[in-house]
Amino acid sequence: MNLYKYASPTSFYPLAGKLIPWFAIPSAILFAVGMYVGFFIAPTDFQQGDAYRIIFIHVPAAWMGMFLYVLMAIYAGIGWAFNARLASMMASAIAITGAMFTLLSLVTGALWGKPTWGTYWAWDARMTSTLILLFLYIGFISLQSAIDDTRRADRAGAVLALVGVINVPIIYFSVQWWNTLHQGASIRILGKPTIAAPMLAAMLIILAACWLYSVAVVLMRLRCIILEREQNASRFAEVNA
Amino acid sequence: MLRWIVWRDLTLAWRRRADILSTVFFFIIVVSLFPLGIGPETQLLRSIAPGVIWVAALLASMLSLSRLFANDLQDGTLEQLLLTPQPLFLVVLGKVLAHWIVSEIPLVLIAPLVGLQFDIPGETLFILVVSLLVGTPVLSLIGSVGAALTLGLRGGGVLISILVLPLYIPALIFGAGAVEASIIGASPAPHLYLLGAFAIVSLIFSPWATAAALRISLE
Repeated sequence: MNLYKYASPTSFYPLAGKLIPWFAIPSAILFAVGMYVGFFIAPTDFQQGDAYRIIFIHVPAAWMGMFLYVLMAIYAGIGWAFNARLASMMASAIAITGAMFTLLSLVTGALWGKPTWGTYWAWDARMTSTLILLFLYIGFISLQSAIDDTRRADRAGAVLALVGVINVPIIYFSVQWWNTLHQGASIRILGKPTIAAPMLAAMLIILAACWLYSVAVVLMRLRCIILEREQNASRFAEVNA
Repeated sequence: MLRWIVWRDLTLAWRRRADILSTVFFFIIVVSLFPLGIGPETQLLRSIAPGVIWVAALLASMLSLSRLFANDLQDGTLEQLLLTPQPLFLVVLGKVLAHWIVSEIPLVLIAPLVGLQFDIPGETLFILVVSLLVGTPVLSLIGSVGAALTLGLRGGGVLISILVLPLYIPALIFGAGAVEASIIGASPAPHLYLLGAFAIVSLIFSPWATAAALRISLE
């Protein structure tokens, strides 16, 4: 079997369609299992009560947000370097899911912050750098949607994503130093508490569910992008016939 | 080649002096609006001054960024520059240097004056100038990437700020941090070193990224 065949958007399209259920269904099952473990098995936290349970979606969302940015940059870079259209389309498809997870982690973080620290928003280093990550996603998406020529959009997005990846660690550390210099230790997120095993399990199960969800949704969006961009490809009709 | 580009851009800028002045006035007006919005309390103003002046400098340098390559694109010069045998890296570096001299240096020179509005003590004014001197090249360098990426796009001016402002954050933090450290009597040196390091990193990477972006935008 020649795997390179699937580097072509038109031949990847049907494969993506077949793969989607293999990711979507396990994702739904794992979400259900993770929520059951999170809500019924994991013990109530000694200090925070039941409010802490938002951690089961908050932490996986934050991880996915960061991870997907790097993945997006890698795909965009591959698409640019090897002129691989499918990789570039993949990057555009990932961007929106990544931005959604980043936003989700900010919103859940704010909702968690209110009962535990008494404020929705604190200029904590991690919150601030997550917010900036969201800005970077927004920049990538708005740049791509401002450019009509898809080839240029792919490459310009790649340059921006790679510049962003170089900058992310710099931004992260500068924000951390800024934070320690500005305000005293009035608020601290989790000073590394020992986490109960069911809590960790629920978090990891939901992380896996988010992971599978991302793959499924990205593939769905990828199929839409392929349909949109390759509608004139002459082979498309016969391949899908 | 480098000198020629810089000289050419400076000559062009000199023939349109009003553009330079409007950037400077924008800077002064934005900085002057803050006391009006916040109130004339000296203590408060002094503590927000570093951030306000630095943020105003970021915004003011946004104004001239969209012009960085746009005029050359319009009259076709940019395409000719891309065809020269010299590396595009040098062309970009020359244009960025000219942009820094034209749009950022006036801000650095006027900064002590607006600093006085906020009752910043004399020694700190000096640190303010040094931090801007070290930090503003970063604004021109990273900004040039955004300018090249958004070349010829609808609504390029707004888009460029969305792309570039988040990337400016480290410069803002270290630049304003140096001034603030000086106000509270701490040593501004660590902030200035970090700012300098950031400037060097962007000096190494940005011209390449800008050159790549220009090729993408013009193909």
